[in-house]
Amino acid sequence: MVARLWQPLGLLALIAVAAMLLSLAVGSAQLSAAQLWAVVQGQGDALARTMVIELRLPRALSAFAVGGLLAVAGALMQVLLRNPLADPYVLGLSGGASMGALAAMLAGMGGVLISGSAFLGALLSTFLVFGLAHGSGGWTPARLLLTGVVVAAGWGAVITLMLALSPAERLPGMLYWLMGDLSYARAPWPPLLLLIATCVLLIPLGRSLNVLARGPQQAAALGVDVRPLEWGIYIAASLLTATAVTTAGSIGFVGLVVPHMLRLLLGNDQRLILPACVLAGGTLLVLADTLARTMIAPEQLPVGVITALLGVPTFLFLLYRSR
Amino acid sequence: MTRLATQDLIINVPGRSEGTALNLTIEPGQVWGVLGPNGAGKTTLLHTLAGLNAPRSGQVLIGDTPLSQLRRRQVAQRLGLVFQERLDGFPATVLETALIGRHPYLSLWQMEGADDYARAEAALAALDVAHLRDRLVNTLSGGERQRVAVATVLTQAPSLWLADEPTNHLDLHHQSAVMALMAEQAAQGSAVMMCLHDLNLAARWCDHILLLYPSGEACWGPRDTMLVPSALERLYQQRLATVDVDGAPVFVPIQAPLTDHE
Repeated sequence: MVARLWQPLGLLALIAVAAMLLSLAVGSAQLSAAQLWAVVQGQGDALARTMVIELRLPRALSAFAVGGLLAVAGALMQVLLRNPLADPYVLGLSGGASMGALAAMLAGMGGVLISGSAFLGALLSTFLVFGLAHGSGGWTPARLLLTGVVVAAGWGAVITLMLALSPAERLPGMLYWLMGDLSYARAPWPPLLLLIATCVLLIPLGRSLNVLARGPQQAAALGVDVRPLEWGIYIAASLLTATAVTTAGSIGFVGLVVPHMLRLLLGNDQRLILPACVLAGGTLLVLADTLARTMIAPEQLPVGVITALLGVPTFLFLLYRSR
Repeated sequence: MTRLATQDLIINVPGRSEGTALNLTIEPGQVWGVLGPNGAGKTTLLHTLAGLNAPRSGQVLIGDTPLSQLRRRQVAQRLGLVFQERLDGFPATVLETALIGRHPYLSLWQMEGADDYARAEAALAALDVAHLRDRLVNTLSGGERQRVAVATVLTQAPSLWLADEPTNHLDLHHQSAVMALMAEQAAQGSAVMMCLHDLNLAARWCDHILLLYPSGEACWGPRDTMLVPSALERLYQQRLATVDVDGAPVFVPIQAPLTDHE
């Protein structure tokens, strides 16, 4: 029983480590395995060490954390809405975050203030959607989903308006942020710590989530306190997504494709799927970011373009096959 | 000990007047059948007894304790519910589905152990679906899914079964087998309450009957006092012919104008 969990997780962890090493070695200046090993041991030439430890490592760790957060948030939203095609952005979160970030950029703020503003925007959108969907007499997944879609469309309009009003010199930065970009992600620890904390909190809830996936009434009949659990999932998924968006802008499809593919491969036990999402989501984004850095090096692509280019066909293929 | 009792219970059916306050006591070994036409509130009653719906007034006691004072987990250790409808948002195998019946007994960090698997497999075998254990539930036929749902509650092993039309979608043999299983659960000390549309199954397998009228009126008692043709004709607004087969009455709907009993 426990082996059933550890085998796939062990394999995914190995792949994750390999992806991390690859992303440390590859870039505008390539490092050989021997050079990388020397850096890991604290030796090697100063240039290589600076490049790996101060540039590539924080970025790779950020990518891993953001990918893991988005995949877990997606898996949680899918259980909450009982819809395997739900996505962490479906409730208008990324729209709110983008609005916050762009407003900060328009006002000429930088760095931490942009992140803070994005985070506030994401939370604002979360509460707006939840409040509107709740209305009188509780929310249903369908109402939550529709409210989220409409609010997201509203944010889209606001964002377009802001872009239209922005001075030309600010536009490239804004567009990069909108497409998801890790080149400014220098502080991997907040998202990584959140990711670890989430894992520790979610693993004991896995079986309850399995039961909740069968509908709120069935879950209640089997002893789950449905309302607090649903609120908890909603808040957790929103917090994870807000943190991810704040770190790297809105990166699409990770939260949709990763849980979906893992479910096809590993089944629907959330106790396995959630930690697997952390590892596979992290790995996917590390690899996508490595591609984004190297494809047209020394120029960089926004990583969101890569995940969308990979995600859209994969997803359409899965949908097509599932008929 | 009384498995379940209701004190002046009025179920909350929107737009309906109060009707009869229910004062039921369900003892170990009893098999109750709830009869009534569509929309009479049978499902609402079961959900209210299970604590999924709030009553309009009155209260439900599980053992000696008011339902409202019990945690969901404690309720689930005593009371199992076979739903009439099921959601299949995510595909799951038959064995995984039966195993969720152990959820109320496992602590947060605990994984299902050999004992839990043994119970689930035994329940699947009892419902004649053991050969489907690795199939995905959403690929099964309606009757097979119904039997898996009953097997899930059998894995849960409650001392009170609430079953909403447990014979839905079942062929004749499996209808009989599921009713026999419920009767066996009662004989072993559980109590069973089920909503039924088939008067003949109720006549053969239930020892107590609750008649629910769309107006909210209700009456209940031992089977033989309740399964009276005139009362059933009024309940369903349908003429019935009655014959005796194998020691139990068999009711057959016939095409004839309803004579007014009132």
